[in-house]
Amino acid sequence: MRALYISIISEFYKSRKTLAFWAAILLPLIICGLISSGFYYDAEKIIASHYPPMLLWARYSGAALNVMGFLIMPFYVIFMAFSVNNIEHKNDTWKMLFAQPLNKFSIYSAKYLYAILLIFICLFLFGTLTYAFGHLLQLMVPEFNFDQYNPLNILINAYTKLFLASLGILSMQFILSLLWSDFLKPMGIGFICTIMGIITANVGWKYAYLNPYSLPTLALRITNVKKGADPLAFPVFTQEIWTSLIYASALFIIGYFIVTKKSIK
Amino acid sequence: MGNYAIETVGLNFNFGNQAIVKDLSLQVPKGSIYGFLGPNGAGKTTTIKILLNLLKSPSDQVFIFGKEINSNRISVLKRIGALVEQPAIYGHLTGKENLVNRCILLGIKKVKADEMLSLVGLADAANKKANKYSLGMKQRLGIAQALISDPELLLLDEPTNGLDPNGIIEVRNLMADLATKHQKTILVSSHLLAEIERTATHVGIINKGSLLFQGTINELHLLSKPTLKIEVNNIESAYQLLIKEGYEVTDKSEHVLTLPFVSSQNSGVLNKLLIQNGFMVSGLYQQRKDLENLFLDITKAN
Repeated sequence: MRALYISIISEFYKSRKTLAFWAAILLPLIICGLISSGFYYDAEKIIASHYPPMLLWARYSGAALNVMGFLIMPFYVIFMAFSVNNIEHKNDTWKMLFAQPLNKFSIYSAKYLYAILLIFICLFLFGTLTYAFGHLLQLMVPEFNFDQYNPLNILINAYTKLFLASLGILSMQFILSLLWSDFLKPMGIGFICTIMGIITANVGWKYAYLNPYSLPTLALRITNVKKGADPLAFPVFTQEIWTSLIYASALFIIGYFIVTKKSIK
Repeated sequence: MGNYAIETVGLNFNFGNQAIVKDLSLQVPKGSIYGFLGPNGAGKTTTIKILLNLLKSPSDQVFIFGKEINSNRISVLKRIGALVEQPAIYGHLTGKENLVNRCILLGIKKVKADEMLSLVGLADAANKKANKYSLGMKQRLGIAQALISDPELLLLDEPTNGLDPNGIIEVRNLMADLATKHQKTILVSSHLLAEIERTATHVGIINKGSLLFQGTINELHLLSKPTLKIEVNNIESAYQLLIKEGYEVTDKSEHVLTLPFVSSQNSGVLNKLLIQNGFMVSGLYQQRKDLENLFLDITKAN
């Protein structure tokens, strides 16, 4: 446990000055900021539409969630998996890392957990900033009715689903980025799989859920469908989420075997 | 086994079908500076990586401080500091941050980072990004990283690579200091015989994965006896004369005769002999065998 802990601390120490780390903070800040300013400058038009409070929140948070689900999220995960491993590829530091008196499993899992942590921070900020900026908009434009509905549950559920649904992609990309030091191969494969995922999810193919890259889209789609009925009742642990978790754990274990067999040339 | 910091017993290692290390039996005594000598591609770096368990050796072939490496990986690595090939440095971090990161991984106090920076003469560049360092500075930082945990055994792979003459002398002195004052064992690899001769107490020579020679530096000196080169006119007659006088001539080229060097006095006697017999000696000098010739000699002997 101690080895795992110090490895994670070291991951943070190494990456705290890199774009990968700051992207986790800047991405939600920029996107939520843009959406909120859009709402602020378009306030009159939006107010004129007389949305009920729940629908106003749905439109507002959906602006971020929809783009996140099928586009930003997969690419962000691909980028994170790449960055965490690339820091060692680029500096040729794998040999140094594995020559430390730490067990290999700790070194490997620390990297994996750190990537998960960055994705968690990113999504947590998305949720928090959506909520906070919504209320800020209310303060600045009192004619909005953001304060008449509490979207906390729906935000937590949606972002939890998005987070869990992206773990399958993370494990897959993590292995690809471990194997290849360049950006193009993992990115190219990830890109193709993501496009396939979006298409298969959108045409409603029965087995679309077997492609981990389509899971974020699928996870959020169900959210949308059920929102009309009872927005608070949609379950977090659906088929997509279980598939993602199974992919994540299986690929995590395979990744470890790749690491132990990896010859450090 | 108790006296060796490193012992390999008939170590074999392949990359696919290609044998990189063949039946290698290293014996590095505790407290020694062991010069690991060989041309590029001889298997030096591979061997060092095996000693760090970066490449997995067959079981019961590698022992560090008497412990089998595969089954004692962590406890063995705790006692080793290493610099392998290019120093492993994060370019986007400063020199100091690189060392602090190592302190985090090793669970040691961060003040060690400053100590090490002064030791390798990088205190002034502590807050400069490592990718702005010169090759020599990177090499020093690599050495600082290897030393930071105060290990009993140091594995240094070509540590003077890229250093200027001053830097080379500093590293040499540092190694001597560590071995004599701090009782460290140091395995240092190089492809330069001259470099190893100046620092090492023991030497192992490797070529194409096989150990050709292993022994103390004095034993090596016996092997690498210098030769005497004589530049002389009328070379055939000069050659005949020397043979007649009972000298051993090992090589004869167009203008140069090569004899084993015995002593300066002996060289003077030879010179006198040639001149008295009417030859014109235009050059007479002692030449040490370079690594290449030493290799040839040792391979021939094997």
